[in-house]
Amino acid sequence: MSTTSVAPAPPGTEGQDAPRAAARRRSGGRGRRTAAAWGWGALGILVLVVVWEGYKALAPEDGVLIGDLRVLPRTTDLAMPHVWEMLGRLGEPVTRAEGSPLLWAAVALAALTTLGIAAAGWLVGLVVGVGFALIMQRWRLAEWGLKPWILVSQAVPLIAFAPVVKSWGSRVEIGSWEWPDWLSVAVIASYLAFFPIAVGALAGLQSPARRDVELFRTYAAGYWSTLLKLRLPAAVPYLLPALRLGAANAVVGAIVAEVSTGLQGGIGRLLIQFAGQASGDPAKAWGPIFGAIVLGLVAAGSVALLGLILKNYRRGEAA
Amino acid sequence: MRHRFRRAATGALALTAALALAACSSSGGDADSTDAADGELTPIKLQLQWLPQGQFAGYFAAVDQGFFEEEGLDVEIIPSGGDIVPQDALANGDVDYAIAWVPKVLGSIEQGANLTDIAQIFQKSGTLQVSWADSGIESVADFEGKKIGSWGFGNEWEIFAAMAAEGLDSTTVEIITQDFNMNAFLSGDIDAAQAMTYNEYAQLLETENPDTGELYQPEDFNVISYQDTVGAMLQDAIWADTERLESDEDYQETTVAFLKAVIKGWVYAAEHPEEASQITIDAGSGWGPSHELWMVNETNKLIWPSPAGIGIIDEDAWAQTVEGALAAVNETGAHLITEEPPASAYSNEWIQQALDALEADGVDVTGEGFEPLEVTLEPGGN
Repeated sequence: MSTTSVAPAPPGTEGQDAPRAAARRRSGGRGRRTAAAWGWGALGILVLVVVWEGYKALAPEDGVLIGDLRVLPRTTDLAMPHVWEMLGRLGEPVTRAEGSPLLWAAVALAALTTLGIAAAGWLVGLVVGVGFALIMQRWRLAEWGLKPWILVSQAVPLIAFAPVVKSWGSRVEIGSWEWPDWLSVAVIASYLAFFPIAVGALAGLQSPARRDVELFRTYAAGYWSTLLKLRLPAAVPYLLPALRLGAANAVVGAIVAEVSTGLQGGIGRLLIQFAGQASGDPAKAWGPIFGAIVLGLVAAGSVALLGLILKNYRRGEAA
Repeated sequence: MRHRFRRAATGALALTAALALAACSSSGGDADSTDAADGELTPIKLQLQWLPQGQFAGYFAAVDQGFFEEEGLDVEIIPSGGDIVPQDALANGDVDYAIAWVPKVLGSIEQGANLTDIAQIFQKSGTLQVSWADSGIESVADFEGKKIGSWGFGNEWEIFAAMAAEGLDSTTVEIITQDFNMNAFLSGDIDAAQAMTYNEYAQLLETENPDTGELYQPEDFNVISYQDTVGAMLQDAIWADTERLESDEDYQETTVAFLKAVIKGWVYAAEHPEEASQITIDAGSGWGPSHELWMVNETNKLIWPSPAGIGIIDEDAWAQTVEGALAAVNETGAHLITEEPPASAYSNEWIQQALDALEADGVDVTGEGFEPLEVTLEPGGN
């Protein structure tokens, strides 16, 4: 970068080189920003570790109580294992049984399973949510009729809803195809995921300014070309944060639904299984918790990748 | 350059999607595999009341050893673990049989469920109330004024029945809901914790005592066994749909065949506890081998010996369970049941047929010579 600024540019090439150098400067700035973001991220984790260990070292063993109410947790090894013990445990086998996988591998496999189910739920939520938004944008009456129900749908507690979905699923049999258990979990995940997507997509589809809509009308553009050329591009800045929320909801929904319906193989199942072993092996119970955190980051990160692809449309994105 | 970046992002996204799909299809794979078995077997669903673990070793052994297949059944075992209530799943028709504790189902029957106890697998109650050796809690009468732990969700009725017999009611103690582990007890939040002989009690003995650096020993605790109190209630039983038992001849036949295979499974677990423990681990139990073997061994102790034959419902024990259920009042003042359950709530008809058929084949269904193992627990249950 410095060589271009020192060496005098040969005449005639200046006009081409200047924008390229500017681009390079921009990309250098972007590289620094990325590095800074990672740095801040790492610092955040470091601060968390220091706070955890510092609190454990300094606070009273019985935690901090106001009257009978414990406002800060106990600092015993049972309640708060050392950071290095939790990390070390990840590198040890799950049990002493022969051929038992390492804890991190078991957690990673379970997290991947849950990610798959959550992704299926998210996709269903995307289709349903955008579908609802399109219907509500097209017909005002549909918006009045559907919106209250969409809001009410989120008030149904998951623990009441999950057994019902499982019960329905166990009765679905089409030819030789039987409803697999994981699909119940995916349906529950989609139930949580579709809500922010429907609301965000509707707001986005309705966002073009009146003058733009009227401009399209003066060009005699029909519904479909207005939708494709105006409303959908305008919806992107609203849709992306909604999709991120939807992804987070799908992950949470999948984990809770796994616990609720007793599905094997996912991270939710590991969470309760190892929570049951937390008395004798406190560090083990934290493995799936870390797994769930990484899972959430991966899910949100995948949506961020989607944002990079749709970059040209992300003007004035709020969140 | 910007294009390349975007293409990389698209690639990464596609990779995530592919991974996700792969994970889906692999998790969906085992659900389909039961379908692949040949069409002559009758498909049966059995709902457990918790995660796969040694408590259910006999059922998993019956699948693994092909006992169900010998009887012409293709049994799918469905674990619970959360909000799936086995007797509800059975009453809804989602499954064909369910494993559940008797008092919980008595409550459901009074609410209108039409279910029958067709085999009382556990002859004894495995519930304990564990306190520290120096706590002075040596019997149920000592609960007064103490913080008593319980899991709730219908697991608490033995406590209230035993207390009712001592003249204590739920206002005299503080009932505290326990987690899946013993941390609340170990941290001193509760004075006496509910524990199953086959699971939570072992969890205590797998935990390091911070004072000695060794594992806790049985001498460190006072253990009250509800089996020794009038509060004792019948636990793991096999439940069937009453209406189908009365009218559906195929279901009647299937029931006897199912019970025969289950008995063979439990006989196998009694004779080969190590193998049964490994089968349960392979079926998805997350416990280590030492804890799993302890579980199978303690479960065997609740089943064997069965002088009248495994699964026979003892009338006195049933009557005691009903009496306790009628007497018990929980901390919210609610009764479990207010009237005697109908006669259809249990039946020895089917288990007797299964026992007769097996005895004719020379199977030992009483387990007179049953000898439990001495299991050494390892730290953390691993």
